[in-house]
Amino acid sequence: MHQGKYHTPPILAQRFLRWFCKPALVEDIAGDLEEDFNDFVTDYGLGRARYKYWLAVIRFLKPFAIKKIHITTTQTIMFKNYFKTSIRSIARNRLFSAINIIGLAISMSVCLLMISFISELFSYDKFHENPDRIHRVISYEQFLQNEPQGVAATSILTGKRLQAEVPGIEASVILNRRFAGDASFQNKTVSLKGLWASKSFFEVLSGFTLLQGNAETALLSPNSVVLTEEAATRIFGTANAMGQTIEIRSIPFTVTGIAKQPPFNSHISFEALGSMVTYENMLKQRSKSGNWLKWTNVGNDYVYLLLDEGTEPGSIQASLDKMSEEENLKIDRFKIYPELQALTSIMPGPALSNNIGKSMDSSILSTLFILTTIVILCAAFNYTNLSVARAFKRSKEIGVRKVVGANKGQIFWQFILEAIIISLTALCIAILLFYLIRPEFLNIDPMVQQATKMIATPALFAYFLVFSVFVGLMAGFFPAVHLSKLKSTNALKNAPGSGLLSRMNMRKVLVVIQFSLSLIFIISATISFKQYKYAVAFDLGYNTENILSVRLQGVDPTKVATAFEAIPAVNQVARSFDLNGLGNGDRTRVTLENSADSAYLYYNFVDENFIPLMEHKLLAGANFESRPGSREESIIINERTLRKFNIESPSAAIDQYIQLIRGPRLRIIGVVEDFVYTDISRNIHHFGFRYSNSRHNYINLKLNPSDLVRTMERVESAWNAVADGKEFQAEFYDQKLQSTYSQYATIYTIVGFLAFITISIAVLGLLGMAIYTAETRLKEISVRKILGASEASLVKLLARGFIWMLAIAALIAVPLSYYLFDSVVLSESVNRISIGITELFSGVLFIFLIGFVTIASQTWKTAKSNPAQTLRSE
Amino acid sequence: MKGTNIGEFEELVLLTIGALHPQAYGVSIKNEIAAFTGRSVTLSTVHSALNRLENKGLVTNHMGEATGKRGGKRKKYFIITSFGVKTLTEARAQREAIWNLIPDAAFKVNLT
Repeated sequence: MHQGKYHTPPILAQRFLRWFCKPALVEDIAGDLEEDFNDFVTDYGLGRARYKYWLAVIRFLKPFAIKKIHITTTQTIMFKNYFKTSIRSIARNRLFSAINIIGLAISMSVCLLMISFISELFSYDKFHENPDRIHRVISYEQFLQNEPQGVAATSILTGKRLQAEVPGIEASVILNRRFAGDASFQNKTVSLKGLWASKSFFEVLSGFTLLQGNAETALLSPNSVVLTEEAATRIFGTANAMGQTIEIRSIPFTVTGIAKQPPFNSHISFEALGSMVTYENMLKQRSKSGNWLKWTNVGNDYVYLLLDEGTEPGSIQASLDKMSEEENLKIDRFKIYPELQALTSIMPGPALSNNIGKSMDSSILSTLFILTTIVILCAAFNYTNLSVARAFKRSKEIGVRKVVGANKGQIFWQFILEAIIISLTALCIAILLFYLIRPEFLNIDPMVQQATKMIATPALFAYFLVFSVFVGLMAGFFPAVHLSKLKSTNALKNAPGSGLLSRMNMRKVLVVIQFSLSLIFIISATISFKQYKYAVAFDLGYNTENILSVRLQGVDPTKVATAFEAIPAVNQVARSFDLNGLGNGDRTRVTLENSADSAYLYYNFVDENFIPLMEHKLLAGANFESRPGSREESIIINERTLRKFNIESPSAAIDQYIQLIRGPRLRIIGVVEDFVYTDISRNIHHFGFRYSNSRHNYINLKLNPSDLVRTMERVESAWNAVADGKEFQAEFYDQKLQSTYSQYATIYTIVGFLAFITISIAVLGLLGMAIYTAETRLKEISVRKILGASEASLVKLLARGFIWMLAIAALIAVPLSYYLFDSVVLSESVNRISIGITELFSGVLFIFLIGFVTIASQTWKTAKSNPAQTLRSE
Repeated sequence: MKGTNIGEFEELVLLTIGALHPQAYGVSIKNEIAAFTGRSVTLSTVHSALNRLENKGLVTNHMGEATGKRGGKRKKYFIITSFGVKTLTEARAQREAIWNLIPDAAFKVNLT
């Protein structure tokens, strides 16, 4: 029975036994267990025996066998002691503690903002059942050898081919974002925003669920629509919506499902889903040639895939690559590369155009992350600096502790604990500040407001706590290491350790870094503010003053125009498809007749009043004439287009013909001066005004500026009379422009705020250092004074070191921020300010002033002190 | 007189130690009890009982020689102390006295 190979029991279990068992019993118990184990092996086999051994070890967890714990009690006593001494030392050095706590609290509040922002963004789209198996197909479009452009959409063809040809896909859904419009039921009209979605929508994006209706069949047949609960109540009130028929853009739809409201943290949102079949039928009717199924038709269609378990995204990508190789051969000059994107990397994700819903550029996120890290580092530097500086004073305490028997580790933990107590106190203040600045942050940019709510959850507070402990560790680490290394004899003799002098230099380096960062922030804020002012005041090539743009929202333009024209303060009325200079625009490919050249032409549909109203200058030809009917015949182009097609003079262009790809042939009847159509950071585009009397989204009013408030009221009441309950949406053109350039405003608000914070922190740190220097050199100053030094020369002596540090900081920061703006931030921008001395040095001057006042206040106090008093108290 | 009262399992262990003398140690006691009574006994119960018996002064132990079978660990042999013998005999005497008190009629159980 005891023959055969000898077996050793599981080592981990043995170790566990030795860990908990009384040392007096452990040999006997371990021996017995091992003997038993070998019997088990012969009886049951090795596997079961190991299991039984574990069980037997665990059974020994009984009071008689478990070690008595002594160590913990001493540990808690020591912990209490550390805590007490930390609190005492914080209380004794009120000024330094306050400087540390305030500095940390200010910077932590910004970090808390960032933590809640980032944690919210990373919660996006996690509510689906298998978020890591869901992928989206995005496209990179390349025209000739240009830089490929990322588009969140892909072609319907890609989706169909993936469904038909590629294995490893459990389900896929094709979406289109153009399902929006007025829905009418009986006499009620409600505008809905939604998506066309193919039948597997609820299978792929399983986080969206139906409250009523069958998820498998709801989007199967033509003319079916799924409404969200909220949309259904808006249309039907309390009545049952299922099976009812509503008209959306004059197509009848049957309600086949009621969906739960899409969660806030979903990048896709909708009020209604129309069945994709309906849309496809519409497209088939519209274009017999099958244009909509073209490979290049990338813009508004999205494909989401649910991969089979175990399918590598790489294999799908390989099929996509093969597909694009095939398809790109069939087209000229243009190439499209579809790419697989994981659902979890959409929000935040790469910067793409044509987003289906919310988007947050991950580069923005990383920029914000870096900025906040800088801010918290600044505050941590303060702590480190002041603690190391004061180490000199606390060396006696450490010496006594060491003599009494404290080891290095205990001193280390004592100082870490002190830092953590400081950072936890700072956290309390930071949370208050967080609530104060949160609304400001949410208002900074519409993109932020759209993407986040920043509601404080318990998990968020847990993150805050962990973060603050981490900050404490980070800030306290260096002083703790330094202080725990002090030799007890040196510490008691009050002679600084040999390393202390080199640390003085390190402290200087930290101060210089802090001030360089503050300078960079303040210079950046100044430059971006200037750029914003410049952009808003830029001569766009047309008039923007006193023009009110009213969104038509599908209301009959003629009726509205007649109503507005009746108001005496309205001087002119013009209709347009789009507004100039607001950053976006539609474009199409065009060729000049009898010429091989083609160009992308941006266009805007206007009526005959638009060009005079906006005061565009006509260089040749004439404005449009009022004409009924929908046939388009003429176009007015800009100078840039002339040059593109090598037409020498504006008058030579008149009566030439322009052919729109997939569109009509248009006679050039006029040429206007170049103006900014998209936005000023980009070059002036090829542009054409096209005439239409129906395709209008805006109605623009030139108002008499004398009594704008009253005029606005009259315009609104005129709107309400004709718009059957549609909300009045109007904005002054120049205000709209301002919001377009709000990105600069956003930059300068954020950077300005950060500048304010880093400056406050740096100044606090400087104040601490100045106080400390003044205190430690008090005796020296007194001796100098007795020997006849003047007060002014003493101030100079004390301040010289700091002034040097500031000067070095300026030397680092000024060229760096100049480079940053000149070649990185503004380099893409065509119309930009030049960065001059004023922009660069106003901030430097400001910081020097603050820094000098801080230093002078302290050194002056010291220099003025009575030398007899200081020297007597030896 | 805390030490004089012993539990049923303790008594069983004590008796087994006597029976195995002088080879009584954890595993042998466990196996012996299992063989006699047919119950499955775990080592930890045996050790726990031995610990209690030792605290009451009913057994004493000495470490034996190291054997390879136990991974080089020594055996702890248990011997009944004279107090232990006394306790066992007392317990037996008590029981026998009570046995003698039981009338024969008490054991004539009517099975129908």
